[in-house]
Amino acid sequence: MTDVSSTSTPAAAPAVAAAAAAVGGSRRTDDVVRLTAAETAAAIAAGELSAQDATLAALDRIAKVDEAVHAFLHVDAEGALAAARAIDARRAAGEKLGPLAGVPLALKDVLTARGMPTTCGSRILEGWRPPYDATVVSRLRAADVVILGKVNMDEFAMGSSTENSAYGPTRNPWDLSRIPGGSSGGSAAAVAAFEAPLSIGTDTGGSIRQPAAVCGLVGVKPTYGGVSRYGLVAFSSSLDQAGPLARTVGDAALLHAAIAGHDPMDSTSVDLPVPPVVEAAARRDIRGLRVGVVRELAGEGYDPGVQAAFDAAVEELAGLGAEVVEVSCPHFTYALAAYYLIAPSECSSNLARFDAMRFGLRAGDDGRAGAEEVMSHTRDVGFGAEVKRRVMLGTYALSSGYYDAYYGQAQKVRTLISRDFAAAYEQADVLVSPTTPTPAFPIGDKVDDPVAMYLSDLCTIPSNLAGGPAMSLPAGLVGGLPAGIQIMAPAFADDRLYLVGGALEAALDARRGHPLLDEAPAL
Amino acid sequence: MAITRDEVANLARLSRMSLSDAELDALAPQLEAILGAVARVAEVAAADIPPTSHAVPLTNVFRADVTRPSLPVADVLAGAPAAEEGRFRVPRILDPDE
Repeated sequence: MTDVSSTSTPAAAPAVAAAAAAVGGSRRTDDVVRLTAAETAAAIAAGELSAQDATLAALDRIAKVDEAVHAFLHVDAEGALAAARAIDARRAAGEKLGPLAGVPLALKDVLTARGMPTTCGSRILEGWRPPYDATVVSRLRAADVVILGKVNMDEFAMGSSTENSAYGPTRNPWDLSRIPGGSSGGSAAAVAAFEAPLSIGTDTGGSIRQPAAVCGLVGVKPTYGGVSRYGLVAFSSSLDQAGPLARTVGDAALLHAAIAGHDPMDSTSVDLPVPPVVEAAARRDIRGLRVGVVRELAGEGYDPGVQAAFDAAVEELAGLGAEVVEVSCPHFTYALAAYYLIAPSECSSNLARFDAMRFGLRAGDDGRAGAEEVMSHTRDVGFGAEVKRRVMLGTYALSSGYYDAYYGQAQKVRTLISRDFAAAYEQADVLVSPTTPTPAFPIGDKVDDPVAMYLSDLCTIPSNLAGGPAMSLPAGLVGGLPAGIQIMAPAFADDRLYLVGGALEAALDARRGHPLLDEAPAL
Repeated sequence: MAITRDEVANLARLSRMSLSDAELDALAPQLEAILGAVARVAEVAAADIPPTSHAVPLTNVFRADVTRPSLPVADVLAGAPAAEEGRFRVPRILDPDE
């Protein structure tokens, strides 16, 4: 294993050390990494900071803290510095650059990028280097974003804690003994630990919003079909959606705008204009907007502190002039059950591609064993416990005799949930709920109890099943740990999330006197 | 509903995974617990409710019928477990007796 380790990959170590030595010019590294993406881009555009120095500062920060956080699986220091230098040269030549030019980013290891390994947090893809870029990655490159490397995740995005990574768990920067959420835990931890101002995550049942909530960040699942899934290694194709993780609503909007838009390479990509998310994030005026509090996403199983932080955020929305109403979505209580039939069913089909023949691991090929024997052995040693559990569950749910009772019924629940959303949006412009029922739990707490682990996604799953967009942003602290508020909107009204999120963030920051993340302990 | 160890072994075979005895023993009660928790989908989904398989309506994507370069063969084979003469090399497919 040469590419996947903590931060000190053989290729990256000398460059990271050089980075640590090189930064220190006009701005201190610690100050640079605390700039938002918008501030970093503005400083680079104004010539106050070079893209190279921004990148060196991020690499320096990674070298300092990632041994403790373990967000990164692969640091591409040379590639990042080369990209940053090219941006500096183009700026010096007077070329017009994109709004995120020179801003460093951490990429979830489920998206393919040429020149970097893609493991999906799994042994079965260890060392595999894809021969092409995902559309999200080619758009990031076109936007002159600097890709620092690949970050940790639950294996094939299955999990809510990043404990299912074959390369070890990532830790929550607020409390290193706790989970950073999952499956985009590496993405969230990297941003919360100031290793990168931006990250791309993917959300199948809440895997962007739940880690954002427990790490004190902004995370957005765009409308299904709004961001291309080409090059995103599929887990559950009808639910998976890539989206931004950032420290502010405005930064998330800039990243959203950079990656969204129709892609003919993805048959599920929708050919509609990208909603004006950047403008919406800056508007700050939500007077008269109707906010629906979902009655079913509260009560038993919800931590009282999380509920209190949520209630206070809703009061803030009312104080900003929004009209708060209660809405009922009676079938949301069945969403979790439907999800844990639909997602494993799709995963059992999607993961059939890991057959030991074309890419990734092959084990037990002794020259005598047949293809099927090699395939079975490879999948046994290559997949971790949660992946095996879900593949088996999906195989069961799709098998003859059980299909109608499980998978077929789950697809009907999906219809009922979409109808609930449609009815609720007749009474409200956006819906809100806590993002997660509890704050981050200790690492190891739920590894032996899959059903308890699945409850982490209680509030986030309905919008995946119906396809609408949803955002999590920090609502407050519970016992020193972040809690999130979730905002949901109708399909293709992603700008409403940013309108409400931008206004709420500004109000909460003003009340606190600073962004929530400033209260995170020093690493 | 009880999931027997034999059923789990059969699912493993269908899923092309040669699980160990310990894995089969651990998975049987876990799958039973998960299926017990998700079986409630049957409570609400009446016969007259149409199923939804996808969040957005899907249409096929066509491109102009013109030839264009594929990914370079060498790049694709570089990621393969084994390659020979410009092709994927795979273990034998047929039984030696067949």
